Amino acid sequence: MATTTFVKKTLGLNKTEGTNKSPILKPESTFKKPKLGVSQSRKKDIPEGVWTKCPKCSAMLYDKELDENLKVCYHCHFHLPITARERIHSLVETCSFEEMDASMTSVDILQFTGVTSYVSKLEAYQNSTGLKDAVITGVGKLGRHRLALGVMDFTFLGGSMGSVVGEKLTRLIETATDKGLPLAIICTSGGARMYEGMFSLMQMAKTSAALAYHAKKKLPYISVLTHPTTAGVMASFATLGDLIIAEPGAMIGFAGPRVIKDTTQAELPPGFQTAEFLLDHGLIDAIVPRKELKEKLGFYLDFMSQSQSQDTAVA
Amino acid sequence: MKHQLDFEKPIIELQRKLEELKKHPAANDIDIKLDEEIRRIEEKIEETRKQIYSELTPWQRVQLARHPRRPYTIDYLKTVFNGFSELHGDRLYADDHAVVGGFAYLDQRKVMVMGTQKGRDTKENILRNFGSAHPEGYRKALRLMRLADKFRLPIITLIDTAGAYPGIGAEERHIAEAIAVNLREMVLLNVPIIAVVIGEGGSGGALGIGVADRVLIMENAYYSVISPEGCAAVLWKDRAAAAKAAEALKITPKDLHALGLVDGVVSEPIGGAHNDPEGAAASLKAQITLHLDEVAAFKDETRLKLRYEKYRAYGHFLEKPPVSAVEPQPLPATVI
Ligand SMILES: [Zn+2]
Repeated sequence: MATTTFVKKTLGLNKTEGTNKSPILKPESTFKKPKLGVSQSRKKDIPEGVWTKCPKCSAMLYDKELDENLKVCYHCHFHLPITARERIHSLVETCSFEEMDASMTSVDILQFTGVTSYVSKLEAYQNSTGLKDAVITGVGKLGRHRLALGVMDFTFLGGSMGSVVGEKLTRLIETATDKGLPLAIICTSGGARMYEGMFSLMQMAKTSAALAYHAKKKLPYISVLTHPTTAGVMASFATLGDLIIAEPGAMIGFAGPRVIKDTTQAELPPGFQTAEFLLDHGLIDAIVPRKELKEKLGFYLDFMSQSQSQDTAVA
Repeated sequence: MKHQLDFEKPIIELQRKLEELKKHPAANDIDIKLDEEIRRIEEKIEETRKQIYSELTPWQRVQLARHPRRPYTIDYLKTVFNGFSELHGDRLYADDHAVVGGFAYLDQRKVMVMGTQKGRDTKENILRNFGSAHPEGYRKALRLMRLADKFRLPIITLIDTAGAYPGIGAEERHIAEAIAVNLREMVLLNVPIIAVVIGEGGSGGALGIGVADRVLIMENAYYSVISPEGCAAVLWKDRAAAAKAAEALKITPKDLHALGLVDGVVSEPIGGAHNDPEGAAASLKAQITLHLDEVAAFKDETRLKLRYEKYRAYGHFLEKPPVSAVEPQPLPATVI
């Protein structure tokens, strides 16, 4: 374990209460806590800055506000990609997150000879993302709950799972098992990391094995599927949650849609492999918009953490 | 001869010559010379075969693993086991014919055996879905494994699949979840489990019945995280680079064993299992028995612990300065 340094970004957590005018998400929850928020004075704030075009509604979004809105389009609620660091920041209490295994990096064990070398790929992604690999793990507080939290990042080699992702998650799960902590993993991945060959496939078995013992201790595990979650990650820890939650519009599946089309020569049904499709087909417990995730996770954990469920009744 | 592989051509050529010589003994005046010639060609065939099979490239190995005359699961159910009695269905949706399983005897020992099954012709392949299971196949397998666990029967799985089926129904019924649940549950089964890759070990579809105390692989099989063609398409942008991908991925039994990714390699007769199915079956039976004897000798607790540790150990990575063990140290400085 080592410390990591990164620029602390303000994401509007607990900044503004109540006065949230933006037309945010259909409220699924019956109670409302402080909105993770959009700043109140949007117009005043926009003198200059960088803009992002919403991929769905094409609205021009002011980056600062987009950040404050957790990368959710404040016009159409489209969920843009969010980095692992931003995600963690949006979920845990300030200064409560103790990162684990921050310095762990991948090695080119197979000496993979391809078009480009694995080593140069790793370097390029480490430089472009500021991450060591495709997952950040640690223990932090979410509301009243101490929680083992793993967050994947798609920007690092497509969130692919190699030895580092598998090992960091397995250590996280084992820590949760040893310390009796609930576990949440925010998933996003294109699957196994080819460059590590069968070692990457074995990470599926390794993480699932660790989860077997976490479950045996009757500890809660919530898996959150975000855009996109597929293949080897989908066929291991992503679908093993006591609860499986998804973000709206996320592409979620095992095989890629093109492979399925080529194999079956069939038209894919509308909305195939989206969070909504899978909710309909019974895989997912609930679709939770990003801005409600923290609150919802806390709510779920109230019901699933044995030690804390008692206090909740009193409150 | 049907289904010949390119690298087998020299052997097949010699075999044809031999047939011809044997066919026309009368046409030949000098019998002694003929006998000599036949012996010479037979020797040459053996020699060529040894030569070719000792120098197989990973890609040739993949082709052998896919050889349509190679023994499949059901063949081994008849040759390695006896009294196989098939049990059907996942009790949820269907009976997936790409996975077969049931009670059987391994010599005197009662076991639960199951495996993925390919078809040899079009009709059979439609029934078996080319050996690619739907979620029902994985769920049937787990049902049978739980049955075995309840009644203390060792489990043997035979793996021969290009991968889990990429189809609409498979996605609608959550094939990823079916595989994941198997990975988790197989870790906790109290009875011994032996898994053998007998042909193709296609990624998650293979692993879905492949978590075991001992994972073996036959000499001309392969086990890979992605098909060589798939890897080539992604990394080389060209499916024709499959041979290069097969090499880079380190998917041959020899490589896998050297990397510690399989526990043993089951040797095949020279010329491959398709050339001598009985020989291959005998070799497979001996290895399954050997490993089963070993793992059956452990107490359940010990076996489960060893099974966990085996999977726990997979992975290579670098940890900079203070190499902390599994336990995370309290971290004052990291702040998010
Ligand atoms: Zn939008």
